[in-house]
Amino acid sequence: MADKVIPLSEVSDHVRSGMTIGVGGWGSRRKPMALIRQILRSDVDDLTVVAFGGPEVGLLCAAGKVRRVIYGFVSLDSIALDPNFRAAREAGSIECTEYDEGMFVTALRAGASRMSFLPTRAGMGSDVLKINPELRTVDSPYTDETYVAVPGIRLDLGLIHLNRGDSRGNGQYLGPDPYFDDLIAMASDRCIMSVEKVVSTEELTASAPPQSLLVSRMFVSSVVEAPNGAHFTSCEPDYPRDEKLQKHYATSAADADSWKSFESQFLAVDEDGYQDAVRTFSSSDDKGKETA
Amino acid sequence: MSSDITRAEVCVTACADAWRGAGEILAHAVGTVPAISARLARLTFEPDLVLSDGECFFVSDPPPLGKTASNGGGTIEAWVPFRSIFDVLNSGRRHSMMGASQIDRFGNQNISAIGDWRKPTRQLIGVRGAPGNTVNHRTDYWVARHSARVFVEHVDVVSGVGNDRAAAESGSTMKYHDLGVVVTDLAVLDYSAEGVLKVRSLHPGVSAEDVQSNTGFDIDTSSATTTRLPSEEELQLIRTVIDPTSLRAREVRS
Repeated sequence: MADKVIPLSEVSDHVRSGMTIGVGGWGSRRKPMALIRQILRSDVDDLTVVAFGGPEVGLLCAAGKVRRVIYGFVSLDSIALDPNFRAAREAGSIECTEYDEGMFVTALRAGASRMSFLPTRAGMGSDVLKINPELRTVDSPYTDETYVAVPGIRLDLGLIHLNRGDSRGNGQYLGPDPYFDDLIAMASDRCIMSVEKVVSTEELTASAPPQSLLVSRMFVSSVVEAPNGAHFTSCEPDYPRDEKLQKHYATSAADADSWKSFESQFLAVDEDGYQDAVRTFSSSDDKGKETA
Repeated sequence: MSSDITRAEVCVTACADAWRGAGEILAHAVGTVPAISARLARLTFEPDLVLSDGECFFVSDPPPLGKTASNGGGTIEAWVPFRSIFDVLNSGRRHSMMGASQIDRFGNQNISAIGDWRKPTRQLIGVRGAPGNTVNHRTDYWVARHSARVFVEHVDVVSGVGNDRAAAESGSTMKYHDLGVVVTDLAVLDYSAEGVLKVRSLHPGVSAEDVQSNTGFDIDTSSATTTRLPSEEELQLIRTVIDPTSLRAREVRS
């Protein structure tokens, strides 16, 4: 029985410049933020990031590690737009593939099924076909309808975060929505899964139904135990989104000086340093000044 | 009671009327006034309407406005994680009321970006679900602030598909394309036989000139009636049951 648990520090060994990386979660929910922070500590760049994006997209953009983002949306949920992503878009410093949300799911499903494309009605008649000129349509062999032929996305590396997992790579979600983490894992050549807690296989179903087992070990190459590993995004029911820190992230991105101080406080540190900074910040007032 | 009816309340019932006849389908409502309107329709003339908590549950007894079933209570009647929403919209059992940053005379809607999409002067939220919604089931729009910046000659990025675009597709590709109404803080707009926006009704106190001067293209107001007022029962439901904290007033200027 292979034990796939690796320390967080080893994650960067599996990431290379130029890779296409799929990120699980959705918006600012259950994002593998500890894994992303580890990539931010590395010198990889030129990444293609595939996601229903949240702050991981903004952080990677701000660090200059992104060549292209393929997305169904990029949003912080309680804040409509990620300011770092918005700045990169408006500066024209990144390439983008913007899909309708349903098209994006179709692309993941096709990738997970090793199909070159899957058809969907979504996108027909819209400018999605104009802003992505590589897209083709396909005529139905049965009716007089035409569909968008959404190309399947294959990922060099998938990054997902779940509530629980065992050391062999079986992953469990305990919140209300699986998002698309199973598809990300299946569409990936390698997949790193971080979990709040590594438990024994027996423990997974001791207090939760088998339906909560979202990802099979067949699709997971490495497991990282990362408590608070989705922070500051939500990881229900373990913890909600840290709205205070997310707001601080978004306002810090507004100018170079405040961003520099956000970076030195939360990003230019190791994971323990990050979690320490979070504890300090949460006991401070809204301006980040420590309160007695 | 009816003498102090606000513009926001007129907008709520105008939006509620958009769900009339929808039957047992999912009401997808984006924005405060649309959310109130779907609840109002369900509590009055569309009792079979299906409401979502905006997260991943259908709720037969919705949690308070702005809350989800996870944090606000309510009665869950179905589990609908985000992945299954696309199955629902592909099935056609859904009806959307969405916002629009820009909209043209044919109902092409933009929520993606202002300016050149490759390097926008202003990045918006992205096309989101608009392309898929508009080709799969009826779609209405809600514009909280009717202005010539929203109602434009040409939208920068067609996110929601308009009637001219739909007509240009071959065969029966667009057989489910169905634009209904555009409700704004000034009027209710619908489409002519040619698929062009016209004014169906002006809200009380609004003139045809008000609408024309806030619209960036010529719009036909010749057949416009006056938008109806909410009934006493509707006012009571809006004010005491659905939106007791008057979130609606934050979305619509009086």
